[in-house]
Amino acid sequence: MALQSQSSARKTYRLARDNVFAALFASSVIAGVLVLAWLLIEVFIDSFGWLDWQFLSSYSSRHPDQAGVLAPIAGTFWVIILTAVMTVPVGIATAIYLEEFAPANRVTRLIQLNISNLAGVPSVVYGLLGLAIFVQYLFDGQRSLLAGALTLSLLVMPIVIIASQEAIRAVPPSYRDAAYAMGATRWQVVKMVVLPQAIPSMMSGIILAMSRAIGETAPILVVSSLVFITYVPTTPFDRFTVLPLQIVTWVSQPQDDFRHIAAAAIVILLVMLLTMNAAAIYIRAKFQRRAEY
Amino acid sequence: MAVERGAFRVGHDQVSTDPIDGVQERSNTFSLRRDESRLASHRARRHFEESAVLWVLRAAALVSVLATIGIVAVLVSQSIGFFQEEICVLNEGEPIKPCEPGVNGTLTHVGIWDFLTGTKWSPLFKPYREVGQSFGVLPLVAGTFLVAAVAGVVSLGLGIGAAIFLSEYAPENVRRVIKPILEVLAGIPTVVYGYFALLTIGPALRFVIGDDNLGTFSALSAGLVMGIMIMPMVTTLSEDAMISVPRSLRDAAYALGATRFEVATKVVVPAALSGIVSSFILAVSRAVGETMIVYLAAGGRPNLTINPLEAVQAMTAFIVNVALGDTPHGEIEYYTIFVVGLLLFLITLVMNILGRWVVQRFRQEYE
Repeated sequence: MALQSQSSARKTYRLARDNVFAALFASSVIAGVLVLAWLLIEVFIDSFGWLDWQFLSSYSSRHPDQAGVLAPIAGTFWVIILTAVMTVPVGIATAIYLEEFAPANRVTRLIQLNISNLAGVPSVVYGLLGLAIFVQYLFDGQRSLLAGALTLSLLVMPIVIIASQEAIRAVPPSYRDAAYAMGATRWQVVKMVVLPQAIPSMMSGIILAMSRAIGETAPILVVSSLVFITYVPTTPFDRFTVLPLQIVTWVSQPQDDFRHIAAAAIVILLVMLLTMNAAAIYIRAKFQRRAEY
Repeated sequence: MAVERGAFRVGHDQVSTDPIDGVQERSNTFSLRRDESRLASHRARRHFEESAVLWVLRAAALVSVLATIGIVAVLVSQSIGFFQEEICVLNEGEPIKPCEPGVNGTLTHVGIWDFLTGTKWSPLFKPYREVGQSFGVLPLVAGTFLVAAVAGVVSLGLGIGAAIFLSEYAPENVRRVIKPILEVLAGIPTVVYGYFALLTIGPALRFVIGDDNLGTFSALSAGLVMGIMIMPMVTTLSEDAMISVPRSLRDAAYALGATRFEVATKVVVPAALSGIVSSFILAVSRAVGETMIVYLAAGGRPNLTINPLEAVQAMTAFIVNVALGDTPHGEIEYYTIFVVGLLLFLITLVMNILGRWVVQRFRQEYE
C-alpha cells in the first residue's frame, strides 16, 4: 500500500516535470521568435515617417532630414553585380570539377577541406586580405568598387561552391549513367545532363550567397573605410559606399534623428534581402515540383 | 562513392574510344574509309575540348586554394613586419616624457611572448605614443571571449532548448513553421544586430539594472544580441544530430514508460551529444569572429576584465577601428591589425577544426 502511494507520487512528479520542461523548451523557441519580432517592430517604428522618396533620392548629408541613401543603394547594386559576375563562374566551375572531374585522391580531399575551412574564416579577415592585396598592392592605395567586390567574391566563393556541389550531387546518378552509356564524354554529360538539371537549385543557392554579400559589413568597412560620398559611382574604379556602411555611420552618430534614418536604411536593406530570399525560395519550389517524377 | 565514380570513368573511357557514332553508316562500304577519317577528327576535337575544359575547371578550383594561401601569406608577412618594427621603450626610472633612443629610452622589438601575454594594449597612443605604446594583446582576447561567453550561454540555453522542442515535442506542422522563422534570425545582417544591441537592448538593460551599473557600451548587451544571432546555428545543427538518433531507441524508452522529458534527456541528448557539442563550438567560433555587433555595442577601449557589465574592445572591433582611421601604410600601428587578424584567424581555425573533429571522433553509429 505504502509502496503504491509512493510510486504514484513519483509518477505525478515525473509527469509534472515532463510538462514543466515541455513549457521550458517551447519557451526557448518562443524567446527566439519574440526577439525577432521585437527587432523588426523596433526597426519599423524607428523608421516610421522617414522612409520617403526624398530619402531614396538624396545623397548623405550632415542634416538627418535632408540625408538619403542614393549613393549607398547605387554602391550596393554595383558591388553585388560585380561580385556575382566574378564569383558565379568560378564557383560553379569549382563545384563541377570537384563533383564530376576530380580524382578521388588526397589533393581533392585537401581542396574540399580547404573550402569548408574558408567558409569559417571570420569576414573581417577577408577585409584584411582585400586591404593588403587588392587595395595596397593591386590598385596602389585606391579604395575602389572593384577591390570591394573582389574581396566579397572571395568571401562568398565557398558558399557558392558548396551550394553548387549540393545541387550537382542531387542529380540522380542514373541520368549520368544513361548519358555515358550512349558514349557521351564527361564534359558532354556535365553540359547536357547535369547542368540543366542542377541549375535551378544552384541559382537558389547563389542568390542566398549574394544576399549574404549584401549584408556583409566588416570586410567592406576595412577595404573601403567610411567615406562621405555624394555621387553615384560610374566606373568600377570609383570610391563607393554600401547600405551597411551607411547604417554604421548613422548608428554611430549621437543625435537621435540619425537613429531614425539608420532604421529607414535598415528597412531598405531588409526589403532587398527579403526579395532575394523570396526569389530563392520560389526558384527552389518550382524546381522541386519538376524533380518529383 | 569514390569507387563507384572511378568505375564509371573506366567504362566511359572505353566507350569514347569506340567509334560508336559511326555505327549507323557501317552498312555503306564505300563511305567507310571517309567516315573513319571524319570520325578520327571528330574524336580529336572531342578530346581537345575535353582536356581544355578540364584545365579551365582545374584553374577555377585553384582560386579557392589561392585564397587560402593569400590569407595566410598576407597575415604572416605583415605580422613578421610587426615583430621587426623597432619601438622606443623608456628606461627604468625615467620620468614620463617623449621617448628618445639613447637619451631616455632604448630601441627594441616587440617580442612574440610579450605580445601574447602582455596585459596592456595601447598601440595608438598619440601624440606621445612613444610614452604609452604597449602591445600586450590579452585585453583584446579577453574582450572577445567575454562577449563570446555571454553569447555562448544564451545560445546554448535557448538553442538546445529549441532543438529539443523541435525534435522531440513539436508536431510536424509546428516544426515546419518554426524552423524557417528561426533561420530568418541567422539571415539578418550583423549590422542590424549592432543597431539593435546599441539602441534597443542596451537602453532596455540600463532601464532594468540602472544607469549607474551599465554604460552605453557593454559586453553584456553585445553578448546577449550575439547569442540570439548564433542561436539558430546551435538549434539547426543540434536538431540535425537529434533527428538522426534512431526512432527505435526512443520507442524502447517509451515502452519502458519513460516520459518525453526522460527520453529527451536520457536517450536522445546523450546519443546526439557529439553533434550538440560540435554545434556549440562552431557557434562560439562564429561569435569570436563576428565584427559589427562588438564594434557598435561592446565599446572601443581595450579592457582586461571578466565583468560583462563593463565596456570591452574585441579583436575584430580593434581591426575595424584602426582600418577606419588614417594610419599610414607601413607603420607599426598598421601592422597591428594584421597580427591581431592572424591571432583571430588561428583561434577560429582551431575551433572550427575542433568542432568538426568532435563529430567525427565521438559519433555514435547505429545499425
